[in-house]
Formats: sequence, C-alpha cells, structure tokens
Amino acid sequence: MRPFTYERARTPAEAAAAAKRHAGAKFVAGGTNLLDLMKLEIETPTHLIDVNGLGLDTLETTPEGGLRIGALVRNTDLAADARVRRDYGVLARALLAGASGQLRNMATTAGNLLQRTRCPYFYDTNMPCNKRVPGDGCAAIGGFTRQHAVIGASDACIATHPSDMAVALRVLDATVETIGPDGATRRIPLADFHRLPGDQPQVETALAAGELITAVTLPRPVGGAHFYRKVRDRASFAFALVSVAAIVQRDGSGRVALGGVAHKPWRVEAAESEMTKGARAVVARLLAGAKPTTENAFKLKLVERVLAAVLAEAKGARG
Amino acid sequence: MKFDTPATTNPIDQLKVVGQPFDRIDGPAKTTGTARYAYESHDVAPDAVYGCIVGAAIAKGRILSIDETDAKAAPGVLGIVTAENAGKLGQGDFNTAKLLGGPEVDHYHQAIAVVVAGTFEQARAAAQRLRVRYEPSRGRFDLAAAKDTAVKPKPGAGGPSDSSVGDFATAFAAAPVQFDATYTTPDQTHAMMEPHATVAKWDGNQLTMWTSNQMIAWTVGDVAKTLGIPKEDVRLISPYIGGGFGGKLFLRADALLAALAARAVRRPVKVALPRPLVINNTTHRPATIQRIRLGATRDGKLTAIAHESWSGDQPDGEPETAVSQTRLLYAGEHRLTAMRLAVLDLPEGNSMRAPGEAPGMMALEIAIDEMAEKLGLDPVEFRIRNDTQVVPDNPVKADSDDPQAKGEQTHVPHPPFSQRQLVECLRRGAEKFGWARRNPKPAQARDGRWLVGTGVAAAFRNNLLMKSAARVRLDQRGIVTVETDMTDIGTGSYTIIAQTAAEMMGVSLDEVVVNLGDSRFPVSCGSGGQFGAANSTSGVFAACVKLREAVARKLGVEAGEATFAHGRVFAGGRSGTLAELAGPAGLTGEDGIEYGDLDKRYQQSTFGAHFVEVGVDAVTGETRVRRMLAVCAAGRILNPKSARSQVIGAMTMGVGAALMEDLVVDKRKGFFVNHDLAGYEVPVHADIPHQEVIFLEETDPIASPMKAKGVGELGICGVGAAVANAIHHATGIRIRDYPITLDKLLERLPLPTDSG
Ligand SMILES: Cc1cc2nc3c(=O)[nH]c(=O)nc-3n(C[C@H](O)[C@H](O)[C@H](O)COP(=O)(O)OP(=O)(O)OC[C@H]3O[C@@H](n4cnc5c(N)ncnc54)[C@H](O)[C@@H]3O)c2cc1C
Ligand code: SF4
Repeated sequence: MRPFTYERARTPAEAAAAAKRHAGAKFVAGGTNLLDLMKLEIETPTHLIDVNGLGLDTLETTPEGGLRIGALVRNTDLAADARVRRDYGVLARALLAGASGQLRNMATTAGNLLQRTRCPYFYDTNMPCNKRVPGDGCAAIGGFTRQHAVIGASDACIATHPSDMAVALRVLDATVETIGPDGATRRIPLADFHRLPGDQPQVETALAAGELITAVTLPRPVGGAHFYRKVRDRASFAFALVSVAAIVQRDGSGRVALGGVAHKPWRVEAAESEMTKGARAVVARLLAGAKPTTENAFKLKLVERVLAAVLAEAKGARG
Repeated sequence: MKFDTPATTNPIDQLKVVGQPFDRIDGPAKTTGTARYAYESHDVAPDAVYGCIVGAAIAKGRILSIDETDAKAAPGVLGIVTAENAGKLGQGDFNTAKLLGGPEVDHYHQAIAVVVAGTFEQARAAAQRLRVRYEPSRGRFDLAAAKDTAVKPKPGAGGPSDSSVGDFATAFAAAPVQFDATYTTPDQTHAMMEPHATVAKWDGNQLTMWTSNQMIAWTVGDVAKTLGIPKEDVRLISPYIGGGFGGKLFLRADALLAALAARAVRRPVKVALPRPLVINNTTHRPATIQRIRLGATRDGKLTAIAHESWSGDQPDGEPETAVSQTRLLYAGEHRLTAMRLAVLDLPEGNSMRAPGEAPGMMALEIAIDEMAEKLGLDPVEFRIRNDTQVVPDNPVKADSDDPQAKGEQTHVPHPPFSQRQLVECLRRGAEKFGWARRNPKPAQARDGRWLVGTGVAAAFRNNLLMKSAARVRLDQRGIVTVETDMTDIGTGSYTIIAQTAAEMMGVSLDEVVVNLGDSRFPVSCGSGGQFGAANSTSGVFAACVKLREAVARKLGVEAGEATFAHGRVFAGGRSGTLAELAGPAGLTGEDGIEYGDLDKRYQQSTFGAHFVEVGVDAVTGETRVRRMLAVCAAGRILNPKSARSQVIGAMTMGVGAALMEDLVVDKRKGFFVNHDLAGYEVPVHADIPHQEVIFLEETDPIASPMKAKGVGELGICGVGAAVANAIHHATGIRIRDYPITLDKLLERLPLPTDSG
C-alpha cells in the first residue's frame, strides 16, 4: 500500500472540493473494494476522503413517487427497506444475491456501483492489464476467460462489471445524482453511467475527476413481476456467471437487463419489444453481435434458458 | 513398545473415556482467542519485525537483476534477503523445487526475496518496490500436452508405479462386457483457513520457530539441512494449526525465509504467506488424467481391471498415486495399474487430503457406476458382487524408500484385510438412505425446478503405520501431563490423546494436560495421511504402559495385576492414590510405538460408502447437494464427535472437488490464475445440506493397541464420484471431467418451456 493522507469531509460539496484540491484523491465509503485494491497497489490514491459522515445515508420518497437512495445507504439497509421490497423487488433480490451479509453491511450504494472488475489478471500485478496500466496489454485475452464478457468488449479489455445491484438499477431506469468539485450537480441516467471498455478500459464511468455521487433515484414503481436470477457455481458468496434482472407485466411486456456478460449492466431496450415472443427472440437482439470465447460461450445459452424460465414463471403466475 | 502381535484385552477396552463423544479440550481456548497460532506469538518475540516475501513474476527463466534501491529506501526497511546474500542453502528431503529461488526461477511465485521492515505494512510496501528483471524461458504447463512425454517414476511410498496380475490385455479383450473411459481431475489447493506463518528467532546459534506445521520432526530435519546447521540447534513450536490438509507437512518458504531474515536483521521476524502465495508458492494436489478399463461377465463379475494415471510435477517430483486403491478395492483376476509422470513447470505437487485415493476414487467410482449401468445392475449390488476379502494385487515394494520395507523376507501375494466391512457399509447405507426406493432409470425424478438424483460410491483409504513416541508425567497433584511433538491441525488430537491417557491412568479427562507440537518433546507420527489419531494415541498408550509400571513399582505391586481407576491404583489388597505415589519428584513414563510386520501379513485399510442426493437446476444446470450419508468402518472410533467432524469436513471437501474446486492453469504464462478465495471456490454453508455419518462397530486388533485406524481422509474418498453419479442419475448426463460445473451440463439439459 502506498502512503496516503486522510480526511473526513462534512458536506458533499466539501468532499467534492477536497477531491479537486488533491490530485490522486479518492473517496472511501464502505472500503470493501477500495482498501483491498490499495493493499495490492492496484489503486494508489494519495489522499482518501471519507464520505461516511456526509449524511447521505437516508432513503426518501421523491415528489414524483419514486425513491431517492442516498449514496451511503448500506446494501443491507437498502435491501431491507419496505418500499424497496414492495415496489422494487428486483433490487432487493439483486442486493441479497450479492457478496455476504458482512460485506453488505459495509457496502454502500455508490461504492457498489463503482466496484471494479474481478478479472483475475487485473488482480495480479505481475500480469499485463490495460485497465491497471493503460497500454500494457491484456493478459486475459487468450487466457482464462470463463468469467469474462461475451459482448461489448474490445481488443483492449474483456472484463465484466461484477455488480448485482447495478443490473437491477439498470432495469429500473435509475439515475445517478452527483455533485462536482465546483458545486454543480448533475443527473446521469444509469444507462450512460458505466462505459464500455473501448480503447480506454481504465475509464469505467461517466464521472469526472472529483465528482461525488450523492444519490441514486428510482422513478415511480412500474409494477409487474420482478425477477433477479443469479447463476453461479456455488450457492452463495460468488460473483455471477450470468444474472438476469427482469420485470414482466401482465400483458407479457417487460424489461430485462443482464449481469456477468459485459463491462456494464447489459440492457438493449429495443430487444424488449420481443418480450411477448419468448426468450429466444429477446436474446437474439439483446446479445446480437456477441463475441464469446470458447470458455464463456455457455453464457449465451444460459441467458436464454434463464430468461425463458423467468418468462414461463411470469406467465404461470398470471394464470 | 513393539507392536508385532495382534492386540489382546487392554485398559483401553474399558471405554470409560476413549470412545466417548467428549467436546474438544482445546475448544475453549480456540473460541476465546487464547489459543496462540503461529502469527499470534507476540509474547515470545515482542520485538519481532515483519518479513514480506516476493514471489517470482514469471514461471520459468532467470532473474537478470534485482534492483533494491527503492525498496531499501522505503520507510522502515531493515534488510532484504535474496539468493545472492542468503548464504549457501541445502535442499531439504521433502522439497522438490528450491524454497528460495534465483537466479533460476522454477515456478511462478517461487520466493525470490524477503523484505524485512518494522511493520507489516512497511514490509509489504517495500516489497512492492523491488525491481526485478527477468529473462523468461519456455516452460511446460499443460498436462494433456505433456502426457506423452510422461515416464515411469521411481517407486515411492505408495509402492511401485506399475503392477500387474494375470493377463489383463487378453482378459479384457475376451470380456463379454467392456468399458473404457478417461477421466480428469484438476489441480486443487488445500484452502485451509490459516495460511503458512512463522515467527523465527535466533539466540546465538539456536533457532526457534513458532510456526504452523503438521510434521515437526520432518521439518526440524529439513530446516537443519537447508540452513546447514545441526538439528539440535533447531526448535519448532507449533501448538495450534488452522488447518493443513497436507499443505503444511513440510518446511515451506515462510519458515525458511523467516529464519534467514531473522539472521540477517538480528531480530525475530514474522512471515505469513498471503493467499496467492499459498496457492502458487506452496504445494497443491496435482491434476490427473486417468484411463480406466473394466471387463466383466454378463452377470456382473469383474474379470479385468486396468487403471492408468498421468500427472505432472517439477523435475524429480512425484506422481499423484491415483491408482493405489485400484490394487485393493475390487476382485478381478486380471489386472494392471500404471502411473506416469510428466515434467511440468507449475508449482510443485504434493499431498492433499487423501493423496492418491481422493482423485483416484473420483475416477474409479464413476467407472464402476458406468459399468453397473452397462450391465443393468444396481450399483450397490455390483460393488457387493465384486467384493474381495484378500488383496487382489499386492506388488512387491522391495525397492521402495520405506525403511520399514527393507529386510522384508517374504512377500505375501494376496494378504487378507485386517478388517474389511465394505459390503456392510454399502448395505447399511443403502438401507438408511432409502436406496431401494430409487428408480434405476436416470432423469426421472423432478421436484419443481430441480432434477433429482441419487448416487453411491465406495469409500476407501489405507491405514498407514508410523512410529510415534510420547512422554507422560504424573505429579503430586495426580495430574497426568502428556508431551509429544504430535500436532493438532484442527482434528482433535489434543482430545483423543487426553482420552487415551485418562483411560490408561484411570483419571478423569480434566486431570490430563496435553502439550503438543514442540520439537523438544518425543517424536510422534505427526498429522497427515489419516495416520495421526491411531499412531499418536498408540504412542501415548505405550508411554502410559511405562508410567503404569512406574506407579505399580512404587506401590510394590505388579503392573499387570494393578487396576487404575478414580485416580487410584489397586492390586492384591493394596491401594494408593496416584498423587501420593508420584510424590514431589513425580513419575515419568516415556516410550513409543513401533510396528512389526503385521501390515505385511494383513492389509490395513478403512472402508465406507457414500450416498448423495443432488438437485440439478433444470434451467441453469447448477447442482446443489440435498442429502449426504457416509457409513464408515475404520476400526475403533476414539471420539465419535471429533471423528464425525472429520468425516463431515471431508465430505464437504469432496463436494467442493465434485462441483467447484479447480486451480485453473494459464497454459501460456504457467500459473494458477484463480489464486485467491474469491476465484478458487470452496463450498460455503449454503452448499452443504444436513450430513449424516454412521460408524460401524469395529475394532481392529491387528492395526494398533488402540484397535483404531484413521478416518479423517476416508470421508473424502469417493464423495466426488457419488456426487457425479447422482448428477448422472438426475440428468442422464455423464461428466468425466471434474469439477462438474453447469457449463458442462448445459448443452445436454432439456430445453425449458417458453424459449420461444
Ligand atoms: C469477497 C467479496 C465478494 C463480493 N461479492 C459480490 C457479489 O456477489 N455481488 C456484488 O455485486 N458485489 C460483490 N462484492 C463487491 C461489493 O458489493 C463491493 O465491494 C461494495 O459494494 C463496494 O462498496 P463500498 O461502499 O465498500 O465501496 P468502497 O470500497 O468504499 O469504494 C469503491 C469505489 O467507489 C468510490 N466511491 C465510494 N463512494 C463514492 C461516492 N459517494 N462518490 C464517488 N465515488 C465513491 C471509491 O472511491 C472507490 O473507488 C463482493 C466483495 C467482496 C470483497
Ligand atoms: S480483461 Fe481488462 S481487466 Fe482483465 S486483464 Fe484484460 S484489460 Fe485487464
């Protein structure tokens, strides 16, 4: 770990401003991802700004009837909230499918969105990795790729985004609220929040330097049956091989987003017009242009099968 | 005590203490955090500083240069040890690759330096500043590709690499029903909780190491040999071990580099291996490719059995002895086994819980299931039909390294088993598990989204005999103190040793103190190969016999006539308390167990049967285990509670091997990629259902005076195959490559409805 300085910010604006003052500053929330990466010197911030005392840990109903989730709300608390469980079931399920009880007690909404990939080569500093060291090459390409992306990857990086929560937020059309170092706030639709790797896999989100996430907002509940199916080799405490977040309405229409297949939660709105035709039709458009490796080609089949089961279950429930 | 005739009645047979399900006597210390593990030995070396090991960044090649400038300038740095300045190092008896590499690099994460600093964080930060330039060379990392270069290895502890009985080729060709298939098992890591860790301290020439090690005497020897110092100058202390599973049988880099670092900086040094180094720096269970051929008559009698196995290791390494059990388990007149060893430049392979049998049974017991299916026979019945009460294939071990084998006069070609209740295990298990209700046709049962199936496998693991000594002291309070360098790797050694001493001396369990894991104590068998329990308690038995003699002498009676009970000795109308008889000077008995040739005249093995029910998600192919039962026949069970814990732990590990554990080799770069516990998955609580264990009544007077054998590894042998067979029963899909992950099943699972 590299030496760093530490401060505790009192307001969001102060936190963002502090980030501007220190080149190489990072916010720290639950620390469950950042600290691990610092020990391995994959992250080397020179200054840490602790955002736990900013009062961003509340949930409130928005004037539009949606939900505003403070950036520091813990994953455990979010999953347990009555409104979330009633109106945004896909989110509660996604959260509870992630990590372990202890980690969820620490993990925050913003930190979860910004957690970094679990590509094993990213984690081994002896291996070339464009995400760690831009221009270094990608050790994963041609290596062990069972967990890696099947779509939207590039010649520079084939990593996936590991979050479960983010997949549910994507299907719920969430928006990320931020405050910049100059005090300006902005709203970024989750669809535009995470980036594909392209030739700059080290740039993972639309956030500018020093920009602080203050909240994530959800629009009014859309009803429907909510599903989050996470597929993994062991029953708990494992990252998704693939996950399927879906909301299916009584008429069979609906939305679907995928985890474990790309550098971001994967959703193609146009594919959702096929929902009433069945999983194959949806997946044909959702994963059109997929470029799996031999080791992860199974993910395509798997997504289709899981979505088919979800649609069947939704239909069954409708009677 | 030389154990060369079968045991007769002895004080252990009272079973007042031995055989009872006592809680672990070390439990309170462990649950309150007062049990000091190696890295927590703060009080013995309060001035200790920290060493951080640097592992090689390439798998094969040479170090061109090491630039220490930045690392030396980092805060708190006290010294850096590399092969350049470490002095001449010898090679231990139990190491294949060098523990401190350089300039040659033999495998990824081979230790090439240890950086010492005042705090752990400083040492780690400085270690990351070491600039090493390498010249990589081509390595061999792919077992399948190297298979054809594999050669016949020299005979090892498991006997010769090859054996044959009758004429396999002819018998197989003539067999009315033939089966031939190839199986693979992957590399695996021990994944014990506590990583390798050592605190090393020098007082003049005397080196003391608080470490985490299963085999104290072996490791003292290898420390001395590697450092080129007399054994007498080395002391190892390893009272608590947070799991080992074979990963801590030997001297490893943590201990050697702590010693070198402590010598260099003239301060005690602590070193622990981070998980990635546990995986790529230390040993692992090697992958295997196994071909099994079976020939049978139509009514299900095996006539021909061949089992061949290929594995890889560093130059001069050893094979994974995956064919051993096939020489012993089933009848069949014509047989062949062979092991071949390829040179691989991966980290070195070695023992992991039930080496040989664990991967061997994973293959053999699927093959048996497949043959039963081919014959249209129930797999339990098929196994029963091919039971044998004598060893079918007992190759001469004459040129083995085993000193106990030297001077062996007569070779018995088909020795009987000392005890063999395989059939009883299978029958009892089948009854308990409800096997009779099973539909023999696969892919028939469904429970909601789950395709449900059941599977069976035999369990088999040899019983190994090792010399083991102990000292037992009696003091004037009547307290019995046992001292032996035996280790407790979480198995329950403390407790069963205390039970043995209590039974022998006629005292209660809380009047016994057990001190383990110190090289100043008499040399025990150590922990490994499921040989710990029976041998170490037999050593304590022998020492207690000596102590009983001393006590009887004090009372002026014959030890043979004395009764020891309730802290007193009674004989011929005389009696006295142990406390009085010990007096202020106390009394001591010291002895060990040694074995004659009973294990040559009788084959000593442990047997069992595993029954497993799985559900396979019809949509995703995820397999989840629903029920597990093990029936074991393994001699006298010294403590049913700790023995059960051993067996259910082993069953859990077997589930891991079946479904998820896989050290993935990057065949270009030559290392295990998933080198942390996020990437290398082992079962979590949610993966393991209720597990039931039945121990059959058994005493084995041929095995030891305790009439006990091992059981800690029996529990893993066969589990993987039982899971695989259950998956086949659930889905109709036969997978021969472990682990059985969903991607291997997916293509062949029926399509879900609503795919459109
Ligand atoms: C063993 C293990 C298993 C796991 N399994 C899963 C799993 O199955 N599914 C899953 O989804 N996740 C899993 N996780 C990841 C876990 O969800 C994340 O570590 C966690 O959500 C991160 O949140 P945090 O608050 O601790 O973030 P931190 O570690 O504090 O921060 C993460 C990043 O977010 C930045 N950040 C934090 N807050 C803000 C803010 N307000 N504004 C701007 N930037 C900010 C930090 O600078 C840092 O870059 C696992 C983690 C571990 C260690
Ligand atoms: S896939 Fe991405 S994260 Fe992984 S090694 Fe390649 S560049 Fe790095």
